[in-house]
Amino acid sequence: MNLHEYQAKELFRSYGIAVSNGIAANTAEGAKESAIQLGGDRWVVKAQVHAGGRGKAGGVEVVNDLDGVENFANKWLGKNLVTFQTDSKGQPVNQILVESCSNIADELYLGAVIDRASQRLVMMASNEGGVNIEDVAEATPDKIFKIAIDPIEGPNKSQADELSASLGLNDKQRLQFRDIYLGLVKLFMEKDLALLEINPLVVTSEGDLLCVDAKINIDSNALYRQEQLSSMRDPSQEDERESKAAEWDLSYVALDGNIGCMVNGAGLAMGTMDIIKLHGGEPANFLDVGGTADSERVSEAFKIILSDSNVKAVLINIFGGIVRCDVIADGIVDALTQMGVEVPVVVRLEGNNAELGIRKLAECNLNIIPAVGLEQAADLAVKAAKGVTK
Amino acid sequence: MSILIDKNTKVICQGFTGGQATQHCKQCIDYGTKLVGGVTPGKGGQEHLGLPVFNSVLDAVKATDATATIIFVPARFCKDSILEAAESGIKLIVCITEGVPTLDMLEVKMRCDDLGVRLIGPNCPGIITPGECKMGIMPGNIHLPGKVGVISRSGTLTYEAVKQTTDLGFGQSSCVGIGGDPIPGSNFVDILSMFQDDPATEAIVMVGEIGGTAEETAAEFIKTNVTKPVVSYIAGVTAPAGKRMGHAGAIIAGGKGTAEDKYKALEAAGVFTVKSPADIGKGVAEVTGW
Repeated sequence: MNLHEYQAKELFRSYGIAVSNGIAANTAEGAKESAIQLGGDRWVVKAQVHAGGRGKAGGVEVVNDLDGVENFANKWLGKNLVTFQTDSKGQPVNQILVESCSNIADELYLGAVIDRASQRLVMMASNEGGVNIEDVAEATPDKIFKIAIDPIEGPNKSQADELSASLGLNDKQRLQFRDIYLGLVKLFMEKDLALLEINPLVVTSEGDLLCVDAKINIDSNALYRQEQLSSMRDPSQEDERESKAAEWDLSYVALDGNIGCMVNGAGLAMGTMDIIKLHGGEPANFLDVGGTADSERVSEAFKIILSDSNVKAVLINIFGGIVRCDVIADGIVDALTQMGVEVPVVVRLEGNNAELGIRKLAECNLNIIPAVGLEQAADLAVKAAKGVTK
Repeated sequence: MSILIDKNTKVICQGFTGGQATQHCKQCIDYGTKLVGGVTPGKGGQEHLGLPVFNSVLDAVKATDATATIIFVPARFCKDSILEAAESGIKLIVCITEGVPTLDMLEVKMRCDDLGVRLIGPNCPGIITPGECKMGIMPGNIHLPGKVGVISRSGTLTYEAVKQTTDLGFGQSSCVGIGGDPIPGSNFVDILSMFQDDPATEAIVMVGEIGGTAEETAAEFIKTNVTKPVVSYIAGVTAPAGKRMGHAGAIIAGGKGTAEDKYKALEAAGVFTVKSPADIGKGVAEVTGW
C-alpha cells in the first residue's frame, strides 16, 4: 500500500525527521489558507497522487503569490494527473500540498528497501539526488552508498556517520544526518515499510538537511498490525477492479488484451498469461482465485473479469489440488447460469476429480468449450477471442 | 534416496486442530507421512486424528522424537511458531501460511540460519518425496516416485511440472515449493545443492517467476556447481512492471526481476529453458534423452 507525500511527511515529523513545512488542502480556498498560515511569499504547490514523475507532468509548481496557489489548486483538484508512471487516464488529484519554499544548495538521495539478496534492510544514499535513482544504479552503481542493517541489533550512529562521510557532509550536517538516519530506520521497522525514499534530501543554502520529498510503501502483509497506516489508505488512487477483487481475496491485475483469465495459483496465473501470448493472443488480466475457489468466488471473479468491456473470451484454468474439480465445475455452471455470460468460456480442469468436472460442463448446454491440457486451452481461448468457431 | 524427507521422517503439525491443518494432515497421513502428533497451545493432552496434541513444540519433541514440523498457524503467529520450533530442536520447518510480514521473516531467517535449522516457505505448498512422505498441501496422486527433482516458487505450477514428468513416466525424487515471498526460508541454491548431492535425482526442474534475483543467483550456482541437467521455466514474461502478481515476491521493481533477464542468466549457465509451462516435461525428455 502506498501513502501520499503529505501523509509520509506527517509520519516523518512524528519521528523527528526534518521535513519542509507544509499543509495539505482539498479545496482551492483551503490551499490559499494553508499558504497564508505558512507565511512567506513563495510556496511550492504539489498535486497529491500515488505516482512519481509529477514535476515533469506539471503537478508541482513554485508560485510567488496567493493567486498562484489558488489557480494551481483550481487547475488540478478533481482532475487526473498523467505521469510516465501512471496509465493513460492518470491518477485523480484530491489534495494539494502547499509548502514553504527552501533555497536549495545541493540535492542528495536517501532510500531504504528490503534487499532480497542479502535478506537485510538496506539504507542507500547518493550525491546524485533529484534524478531517477534507478538510472544512477544502472549507469554508475559506485555512486550509491549502502549500509545493511542487522534485523535484531537495529541501526547505530556509526552507520549514519559512515554514510555521512561517503556523502561528504560537514560536521553540522553529520549530526543532522544521524537524526534522519536513525529516525528513518526506526520508522521503517516500527511501521512495517516495504520501501522508503527521499528524493531529494536537500542541503539548503543555510547548510541544513531537509527532506523535500517523501515516498512510502507499506508491506500489505503487515497492515493488520498498522492501524494508523491502514486508516491512511486512499482507495481513489487504486484501480477500482483491483480493490473490488481484493475485497473477495482475489488477486487481480488489469492488462490490455481481450482474453479474460481465471486461474488458481499466482504462478499458474502468470503461466496462463504467458501461454496465451505464445499462441498469439493477449491476456486481459491476471486473476488468481486462490486454492478455495467455490461458486461464490467464481461468480465474483466472473463479474470482475467481465466488467472489462475488452474481454472477448474467458479462459478458466484450474489445477485442482485439494479442491475438487467437480465442485469448481458446479461453481462455473452456477455463475454462468445466473449471470448470463455471453462470451465463450474455455475451461481446462486438471487434477482432483477432473473427469467428472469436465462431464458436468459438457452436459450443461452453456457456452462452454472444454479443453484438455494447457496447450489446447490456450489455443481454443485465442481462437474463441478471434471469433473463430471450432 | 531423496532430499529433506523420507519414509522415516517423524513430523508434527503446529496449529494442528485448525480447519486447514486438519484437512491437510488427514491427507498427509493417508499418503503415508509419519505424522506423530501436533501442537495447539491449550489443547495439550487431547487427541486429534488419532494422534496426541501437545501444548508446546518442546513437549511434542520430547514425547515423539519428531525432527520436522509443518506449520498452518495464522500469519500473525508464524514468527513465534517458527522460532519456537527452531529453539525446540526441530531441524526442518515447513511453513505453509501465506501473508507473513516481511520484517518478521528477516529476523526468523537469521535465527534459523544461526541455529542450523532448515526452513521451507512461508507461502508455499510444502515438500513431498513421492511414495514416502508428504509435508504439504499438494495433491499426492499426481506424483510418481522417480528421478526428477522439482523446485518451484509457485504451488500450482509445481503441480504442472509434476504432472508432466509423471505422464512421461520419469517421476520425481522430491519436490520442494520454496514459496512466493520476498524472503523465503530456503532459496533455489539451497535446494539445488541438495539435488546435486542426491543420487536419486538425475535431472532437475526449476520453476521461477518474476521479481528479485533468486533465479540469477541460482544460474551462477548452476554454472559452477551443478552437473545434472536442469530445465527451467520462468513465469511472467507478460507481467507488467510495478504490479504485484499475487505472490508478495512477484513484482518487477525498478526494471529488475524481469523474466527476460532470468532466462538470459539461466541460458548463459547452460540451463535448458522452456518458454511455455506446457513444455516442462518435454524439456526434461529433450535434455536427458529419456
